[in-house]
Amino acid sequence: MSHKIRVVIAKPGLDGHDRGARVIARALRDAGMEVIYTGLRQTPEQIVAAALQEDADVIGLSILSGAHMHICPRVMALLEERGLGDVLVVVGGIIPDVDIPKLKEMGVGGIFLPGTPMQEIVEFIRKNVRSRVETA
Amino acid sequence: MSSATTVSGRHVAALYTPGDIAALDYARDLADPGEFPYTRGIHQSGYRGKLWTMRQFAGFGTPEDTNARYKQLLAAGGTGLSVAFDLPTLMGRDPDHELSLGEVGKCGVNVASLADMEVLFNGIDLGAITSSMTINSPAAMILAMYLVVAEQQNASWQTLSGTIQNDILKEFIAQKEYIYPPRPSMRLITDTFAFCAQHVPRWNTISVSGYHIREAGATAAQELAFTLRDGIEYVHYGISAGLDVDAFAPRMSFFFNAHSDFFEEIAKYRAARRIWARVMRDKFHAQNPRSWQLRFHTQTAGVSLTAQQPYNNVVRTALQALAPVLAGTQSLHTNALDEALALPTAESATLALRTQQIIAHETGVTDVVDPLGGSYFVEKLTNDLEEEALAYFDTIDRMGGMVEAIERGYPQQEIAESAYRFQQAVEAREKIIVGVNGFVAEDEAPLSILYIDESAADTQLARLAQVKARRSQTAVDRALDQLKHAAAGRDNTMPPLLDAVRAYATVGEMCDALRLVWGEYEEIPVI
Repeated sequence: MSHKIRVVIAKPGLDGHDRGARVIARALRDAGMEVIYTGLRQTPEQIVAAALQEDADVIGLSILSGAHMHICPRVMALLEERGLGDVLVVVGGIIPDVDIPKLKEMGVGGIFLPGTPMQEIVEFIRKNVRSRVETA
Repeated sequence: MSSATTVSGRHVAALYTPGDIAALDYARDLADPGEFPYTRGIHQSGYRGKLWTMRQFAGFGTPEDTNARYKQLLAAGGTGLSVAFDLPTLMGRDPDHELSLGEVGKCGVNVASLADMEVLFNGIDLGAITSSMTINSPAAMILAMYLVVAEQQNASWQTLSGTIQNDILKEFIAQKEYIYPPRPSMRLITDTFAFCAQHVPRWNTISVSGYHIREAGATAAQELAFTLRDGIEYVHYGISAGLDVDAFAPRMSFFFNAHSDFFEEIAKYRAARRIWARVMRDKFHAQNPRSWQLRFHTQTAGVSLTAQQPYNNVVRTALQALAPVLAGTQSLHTNALDEALALPTAESATLALRTQQIIAHETGVTDVVDPLGGSYFVEKLTNDLEEEALAYFDTIDRMGGMVEAIERGYPQQEIAESAYRFQQAVEAREKIIVGVNGFVAEDEAPLSILYIDESAADTQLARLAQVKARRSQTAVDRALDQLKHAAAGRDNTMPPLLDAVRAYATVGEMCDALRLVWGEYEEIPVI
């Protein structure tokens, strides 16, 4: 039986600019994935709890405020702690070039900057999501 | 012939003729600049009397960092200040709150107490310049801080001028930096209307903003409709709070986006003036012509800037800036080329200001008022945008008003639909964005950007601790108790806020006091 890819889209930090989060949530849903949007101002703890509860395959973080170097390490550490190390984490937003290798180093799977086509993100997730998922 | 649509998806014909505006009546619908309904502008002499204010939005790091940037912008010929606060300040959280982690000084300047405000305006004469402050949920607290700094400088409140954004409705609709539920948030706003009408008569108490609504994905017509309908909602609430419409409406101002679709934007500003004038005179029966005149600030569209080939953004911004100038904006911010990547560097911020100066002094577009008035195309677009906005007014009125429409998620959903449609048009290459889905370059040289490290947070945490050690906790507690008392009852919250500020209560403490009384708003997330 095919399993739909389950994605938690989250907006951590204090920022409220949710256009990107909402557009990508729609695009992933239209691409056949099961999308759970957490809403605004989620702490890393809340995001990881949502991923656990929703049995997520993917967590998508939308961060535009510059707080990514605080938020991402915390999310990655919590995932590891809860035994969710195989959940694919992708980040979209405004990320300075110098931070990209650091984020990849800590295990963030994909980083998508402004102007990335939605289709590219869909394909990236399909290709990199953990193997239990059938991409039917 | 191929079909053409604006950036908002509006179909446009290849040619417009007198037949498109046959019903237009010059005296009724346009009139000379300075005459009702002000479609052609609120000043008879346009920019010959006075150029627009070149007001560059700036703020980052510590108050010291931002104070230096302000002095640089003023020295470069900027004519007003515009304060960008960081997210902790905008959300009413002190730098030591857990949600402030990693956010202090990142998207703007951090201001936690009067001590920060004193540094921010150090050496800047508040009696001589005007300051616009982009602050919404804690607008009353920040206004109180500004007033106390003015007091310290011996600048009279009677002549003090500037703007607080203070527009909570567009926060619920678009930018989402809300704290309290809609109704107590509206109460805080009408308190500032009433206080300023009496004590700070030249202060612009609100900047009703379409900018963020557009950035969130709205079309030009939605930006126009939701912004003006927000304006109408504030007038309703002001009147319900017992104020005379002419006591506060002359101090209301507006803030629009300048997106890339040149003629549609020009039509939008002109339609806005006509709609507002008619609503204020005919619906609210305002008597003072200043209540009828829509004054507005404009900012070029941040959302149109691309991270790819960032120098293209200079050209985009220049073309966008021309539209509000041709339509008679009162003030303007031009974005810097690196703003899709970071906050602007000193060099890119200066170039953005120079863009305005070139338009003002080299192009000749300032010599004639409303130079596009009478264009078949522009007048037709102005009529069409007005009609679409009025149709939205009807829908929102049927829901009971804008607060009710927001509670139902109506404008939020309309905007999300438009945003998604636009993104699909870009993906399908029905809309070309140079450097993104057309004319793409490989191997771009990286741009040197402003990188804000954690030292700003350290400075702010240290100053916060110092302030708390030095102030009288008794005075703070007393002021905060009075604030809660006013909030729970009907007394104006501004006097206790001023006392709290003078006692060096923090933004977080003042906002928390009101959180206790009013609770917090939580949006139901929808996609």
